[in-house]
Amino acid sequence: MSEKISKNTVSHVASLAKLELTDKQLPYFTDQLGNIMGIFDSLNEVDTTDVEPTFSVTDQINVMREDIADNWGERDQLLQNAPDVADGLIRTPTIIDESGD
Amino acid sequence: MNFLNKDITSIHQSLVNGDITVEQLTKEAIENSKNNEKNINAFITIDEENAIKRAQEIDKRGINPDNLLSGIPVAMKDNMLTKDVLTSAGSKMLSNFKPIISGTAVNKMLDADTVSIGKTNMDEFAMGSSTETSYYGKTHNPWNLDKVPGGSSGGSAASVAAGDVLAALGSDTGGSIRQPAAFNGIVGMKPTYGRVSRWGLIAFASSFDQIGPLTNNVYDNALVLNHIAGHDEHDLTSSDKEVPDFTSNIDSGVKGMKIGLPKEYLGEGVSDDVREAIKSAADKYREMGADVEEVSLPHSKYGVTAYYIIAPSEASSNLQRFDGIRYGYRSENAKNLDQLYVKSRSEGFGDEVKRRIMLGTYSLSAGFFDAYFKKAAEVRTLITKDFQNVFQNYDLILTPTAPTPAFGLDENKDPLTMYMNDVLTIPVNMAGLPGMSLPAGFSDGLPIGMQLIGKPFDETTMYKAAYAFEKNTDFHKQTPKIGGDK
Amino acid sequence: MNFETTIGLEVHVELKTNSKIFSPSPVGYGAEANLNTNVIDWGYPGVLPTTNKGVVKDGIVAALALHANVNQHPHFDRKNYFYPDNPKAYQITQQDTPDATDGWIEIDVDGKKKKIGIEEMHIEEDAGKNSHGKNYSYVDLNRQGTPLIEIVSKPDIASPDEAYAYLEALRQRILFTGISDVKMEEGSMRVDVNISIRPYGQKEFGTKVELKNLNSFNYVRKGLAYEEKRQRQILMSGGKIQQQTRRFDENNGTTILMRVKEGSDDYRYFPEPDLPSLNISNKWIDDINSKMPEMPNSRRNRYVNELGLTEYDAMVLTQTKEMSDFFDKMIELGADVKMASNYLQGNVNAYLNDKQVDLSQTEITPENLTTMIKLIEDSTISSKMAKKVFKAITEGKEPEKFVNDNGMVQLSDPKKLQPIIDEVLSNNPQSIEDFHNGKDRAIGFLVGQIMKQTRGKANPQVVNKLLMASMNK
Repeated sequence: MSEKISKNTVSHVASLAKLELTDKQLPYFTDQLGNIMGIFDSLNEVDTTDVEPTFSVTDQINVMREDIADNWGERDQLLQNAPDVADGLIRTPTIIDESGD
Repeated sequence: MNFLNKDITSIHQSLVNGDITVEQLTKEAIENSKNNEKNINAFITIDEENAIKRAQEIDKRGINPDNLLSGIPVAMKDNMLTKDVLTSAGSKMLSNFKPIISGTAVNKMLDADTVSIGKTNMDEFAMGSSTETSYYGKTHNPWNLDKVPGGSSGGSAASVAAGDVLAALGSDTGGSIRQPAAFNGIVGMKPTYGRVSRWGLIAFASSFDQIGPLTNNVYDNALVLNHIAGHDEHDLTSSDKEVPDFTSNIDSGVKGMKIGLPKEYLGEGVSDDVREAIKSAADKYREMGADVEEVSLPHSKYGVTAYYIIAPSEASSNLQRFDGIRYGYRSENAKNLDQLYVKSRSEGFGDEVKRRIMLGTYSLSAGFFDAYFKKAAEVRTLITKDFQNVFQNYDLILTPTAPTPAFGLDENKDPLTMYMNDVLTIPVNMAGLPGMSLPAGFSDGLPIGMQLIGKPFDETTMYKAAYAFEKNTDFHKQTPKIGGDK
Repeated sequence: MNFETTIGLEVHVELKTNSKIFSPSPVGYGAEANLNTNVIDWGYPGVLPTTNKGVVKDGIVAALALHANVNQHPHFDRKNYFYPDNPKAYQITQQDTPDATDGWIEIDVDGKKKKIGIEEMHIEEDAGKNSHGKNYSYVDLNRQGTPLIEIVSKPDIASPDEAYAYLEALRQRILFTGISDVKMEEGSMRVDVNISIRPYGQKEFGTKVELKNLNSFNYVRKGLAYEEKRQRQILMSGGKIQQQTRRFDENNGTTILMRVKEGSDDYRYFPEPDLPSLNISNKWIDDINSKMPEMPNSRRNRYVNELGLTEYDAMVLTQTKEMSDFFDKMIELGADVKMASNYLQGNVNAYLNDKQVDLSQTEITPENLTTMIKLIEDSTISSKMAKKVFKAITEGKEPEKFVNDNGMVQLSDPKKLQPIIDEVLSNNPQSIEDFHNGKDRAIGFLVGQIMKQTRGKANPQVVNKLLMASMNK
């Protein structure tokens, strides 16, 4: 088995991604992710000194929308299709942790 | 009626002549598709009611003799939003999702008066190369039902190959149009990044995703791209470059064209039959008057690795919106907010999606960004530069589309082996270039595809070269015997 | 042991654009729940953001107002976290390439001036709003996508008073640009603070404590003062400061522990692939710069040095851009500087406070107020009459017409007054004698008679002058 990634790390990553892994799934995913990450190191062979990263391949630059308000009138349809709503609001289980930004 | 070996122009002529109405054509297409479904499972939804209604409307208005697409039966990959019609992206997560809008490419196909008969099967959220990860079951290859159709646009490719429709739209993030086109013996085009709007395409990896057509032949392909290409104010990454008529002068031949044959794309891992097919194709081009020479793309071999860092990273972020709160699957086993997130996502996503989300989350997490994501983005620059260097002296690049013909269902259990299947298509997405696959041979009754790679926004030259090859070969004329003798 | 305090302020300012930062939905308060939302604001599958040019422009305006260097090649990044009011589960912000860096503003605490540095500013989208019921929480996405500018101070602020002055100066400068209402009470200005203390001479900063729930500048000052004291006591008694987030309690002015921070959150930032990068030209910046409104400091200097007003008057007149613009316009129209200043600070401010309105919501204009002041200046009306005229102005009446229609023009012409004075004197010979016998009260009687004859319109100063001259003849 690869030592690329530990079960703890996989658990941590899963929790960041809001996924839960059963006791059976954890070793399975850890093994697979370790294998995949095994190839990551090959990038170290490539000298990227002074190479700018490419984050997008669009040919567009500086495209912006004019500041004109336009209400598309989609609210009612959006609410109709939501899993749980009340009085025009989206309903969720009680939010306990107020740590959101 | 099935559309095996048929082309849009001749069907259009029948409609114009009144040999058949759009309604009849649509009904026959649906009936044929339903028959094929027992063997192939190319569709998640066959939208009979809407398709017939639409066909009737077009009949009422009359066929426009100047619009070849008018009344033509088509299909859409299930990751493209279609108003009021289930758009699941092959996932349980969206198994109840009927969008309130349609995407731009879908709308443009509607504006062109095509009749969409349904939504095609795909790997869940387009993550896969075999259409085996769909919540709606596996799609079978029409050429051999024990083989995969490729993926992730496997349903779109199989629906065209089986003669269900004359054209289907697919999406391609790392090869998801081209590889299934190759496995199904049809033509698939992934246009230049930004050529087709991504508005209404459920995002997998935003800096790679691109919509494109799958068709029986090159001309039909160019025809469909004519209609879906162009700038869209809803997608700022869509190009404002003018869209040429890709069918004009498509028959002007390849004389004097310079075609590069990258040695790295014919090396280890490529099967002998595939290698031979590409060498024969190169010879064919020489025969037709093109210069074909060996070139080098030295960084392409790092493509898969860089891709499996960047694409899952983008995907991990893109798929965070599926949280059970505003739309889609919501777990009923949640007692509080955190459980709602965790259970909805854990129950709604399949293993491959979870794998990629975790992979991406890891690559972006604190302390790893520079070593993984940024490094991969730098390698992406080098891969792109390799192509730019070659394109200084060449018009096109010729490679195999996939290392092998279609593999068996359930054959590739190891994710990494599966990922390696995209080794020849991924570099094209890394550089945002146009790439297409077209039939170039057979191996044990399974189609082999060859890939043409073009300069940015030069799909025109690719279509010309592909058209010339198709005219001088008969690979595309062969059709599968579905469920018949294998 | 003596300690020095380091305060960091992160100020979020909501921009007053027409549409949201990444969707064309309208921006605004008080709309029905979720009314101003579309598929983009809901983070719908398959949708894409579009950058609002107005927001990028306002970002440049703010940068220039705070003396910051505009970044000409900014891009947006994704900040990933799950929360019901954050529909995409990522916020589009600028992590890697802020909108602008290295700015400063000047503050004044008890006459001591100091420059406070601004580390960076970035533009980003606001989240929706969660509200909480008994068994459920509720999400309204109207606010989702409202454009924000976040302004991060350098560790230059050394006391709660300086923090207060910084916020006041920052609020004023932003207010004068017109890009935001900057109202704490409406949430268009929000403040996060952190504070640490360290013994004098120590190089490293102390451990930071973050404060939340600071809903006014005063609470910021109070909360910081309390926190400064709390931390000092801990250190004096040999304790250690814990990295934590504390909540300000408005009721007793203390801070209460919310949560202890362990390491930093992992937001997995990366460049937003859905938005092409920006290339902000020098021409655009110059163009915006040439249209920048004059900032309050500069106006105050001008009022003191060029117009001869006191520092205090200058400060009051520059409380809002509206007032200052109004004053400038009056001076341009030829109003007397001191009178204009007094009227604005006196009657006008009193009226605004009384009615709880802004200048723009009233009938008072630089034109009609200047006309009134000129009528006072040339003695057409008395300052007593002016009160009535001002009331008329607030009711939408033209001052000159009102004065004429109501016969309020003051009688100041000696040619018209002299015959009346002569008549009064000839009718009251006893009073003249009394005056010459040293009875000053006689003058009052005579003036009263003259006022009676003129039905109160005579200009008292002119009357006095003419009367004395006649008596002493």
